Amino acid sequence: MRLQLAAMSLRRHPSRTLLAALGVAVSAAMLLDMVMLATGMRESFASLLGRNGFTIRVAPRGTLPFDTEATVAQASSAVDAMRAIPGVSVVAPVLGASLHVLGTGESVTAFALGLDPNVQGDYELLEGANPSAPDALVASDALLRATGARIGDTLDVAAGFDPQLRTYAGRRRLVVSGRARFLFLGAGDRAAALRLATLQRMGGPERRDRVSLFMVRTDSGVDVEHVRAAIERALPRVTALSTAGAIAEAEHRLSYFRQLAFILGAVSLIVGFLLVTTIVTVSVNERIGEIAVMRAIGVSRWHIVQQIVVEGIGLSVGGAAAGLVLGIVTARYLNSILRSFPGLPDAIDFFLFQPHAAFRALGLLIASGIAAGIYPSWRAASLPISATLREEAIG
Amino acid sequence: MTALPALLSARDVHRDYALAGAAVHAVRGVTLDVAAGEYVAVVGPSGCGKSTLLNLLGAIDRPTRGTVFVAGTEVSTLPDRAATRFRLLNVGFVFQRFYLLPVLTARENVELPMAEAGVPVAERRRRAMELLGYVGLAERGAHRPTELSGGEQQRVAIARALANHPAVLLADEPTGELDARTGADVIALFDRLNRDGTTIVVVTHDEQLAGAARRVVHMLDGRVIRDEPLRRRA
Repeated sequence: MRLQLAAMSLRRHPSRTLLAALGVAVSAAMLLDMVMLATGMRESFASLLGRNGFTIRVAPRGTLPFDTEATVAQASSAVDAMRAIPGVSVVAPVLGASLHVLGTGESVTAFALGLDPNVQGDYELLEGANPSAPDALVASDALLRATGARIGDTLDVAAGFDPQLRTYAGRRRLVVSGRARFLFLGAGDRAAALRLATLQRMGGPERRDRVSLFMVRTDSGVDVEHVRAAIERALPRVTALSTAGAIAEAEHRLSYFRQLAFILGAVSLIVGFLLVTTIVTVSVNERIGEIAVMRAIGVSRWHIVQQIVVEGIGLSVGGAAAGLVLGIVTARYLNSILRSFPGLPDAIDFFLFQPHAAFRALGLLIASGIAAGIYPSWRAASLPISATLREEAIG
Repeated sequence: MTALPALLSARDVHRDYALAGAAVHAVRGVTLDVAAGEYVAVVGPSGCGKSTLLNLLGAIDRPTRGTVFVAGTEVSTLPDRAATRFRLLNVGFVFQRFYLLPVLTARENVELPMAEAGVPVAERRRRAMELLGYVGLAERGAHRPTELSGGEQQRVAIARALANHPAVLLADEPTGELDARTGADVIALFDRLNRDGTTIVVVTHDEQLAGAARRVVHMLDGRVIRDEPLRRRA
């Protein structure tokens, strides 16, 4: 009967209950979004870096991958040196460079990645085939749109441009073998991937045997940090960064983001708590005479507390359920906006729904709903019965 | 005042409390015995301590001084939990403003004290309908208080007060919010209840209701000033 009483008390003022539940839902959605934001970028970044099993990135000394245009010379010997380190299973060199697609009008400039199509973690093939042949490339949708090219078309491309002479260098005709999504580039970035040797050759002597980055896979069970240190010892001109190190670095850079999310999440939790406390207190104040009479006829304090706390829980659970849906919808919308920012990797999610984190946050909100009901319920249950009845009779 | 063994017994009961910073001596040394089966009306001007005395007799409140025994239990020293349980099983209360729970039907309101006492659902449903029948509202069990007249609500409240077979029924101005006709219905119901063996103590300004009681206790300034002898039933 206590559950029935609690449910019916909430239904006594349906519009007020609905508005309160909506308020809690907004607070829950905000809390959920902040939890998704606080953990989303980290998890998404970790998942991106861990794709295809690469555990170490090796870049020119003092730089982060593709942070600058610096390259590592004598890449072949560097690959051999790394392969000789115990625990290293695969080394995939990558060269980044500009690529000009020439046509009848203005040329289209894109970012090109020279790599081994069989061992890479930079793009995801959406359609067609990998650029296995020396004269093949895969292109991003943005590049295909800009050039009007389709799979199977041949493009006239150049690796360099001299603005004074207005001439292109390293020209070559390449066939579009596929359409790809470049994981570390923005969705709107014009990009292409082709074989490393092809891009190096197009770059002339300046790029011969040079790469921007080595992606390294390690054997399972080895200490990645140990291998990373061994690479830096073997090749003093490089900086090796493990995935864990990169995540830690990203986490350090995103710490303000997390703090902001934590503060906003805490604020939403407090708002939800205060909202439920207010509504339950108002509801209790309206029924003070009824509660005093219930106590007078023998309803125990504990049962009064239970009934009122259940009302708080009902509001919180209803609000949290609606907030879950609202939070996910809002997060998706915000994610789509943030992902469209130029320069941000297409594969990064800012808001990542992780069931355990989400349910923990909503559990916290429901716990705050229980706490919110405790004060008004205890106050109601502790009313001096006779004084309350006297005041009610006068009032 | 009565030769019968006392069901309710108040001995030199005082009740003081603070109101707006001033000490109020609501009850000042009342001694009163009520035997089983009695029908007592407590009358007096407003603020004379009638309701406070009723609350003391019903274990809703504790005396500042003195003792109160109900059905052999000293209720004036019972801790809150025990006093609550005692009220649930031994005392039936009827209030001026009925105080039915508006979210429950008439039948559910009557069931409430039985649910609290742990009476099985089927049993309490049967008893609730029986009590509603007794107060003449068998057909109104599914109605909510807002769908009942004041007199009907008070009769439901009386049925609720009788739910757990209390030793005594305490009523505080039960006709105070009713018109003369519905008030008379309630007076008749109290009379019938008493004839059927229920001990009743009623606090009232209503001369008709006081006139229906077998014994009238007059209070003034927190004291019993006159205790009219037992009157024979008409």
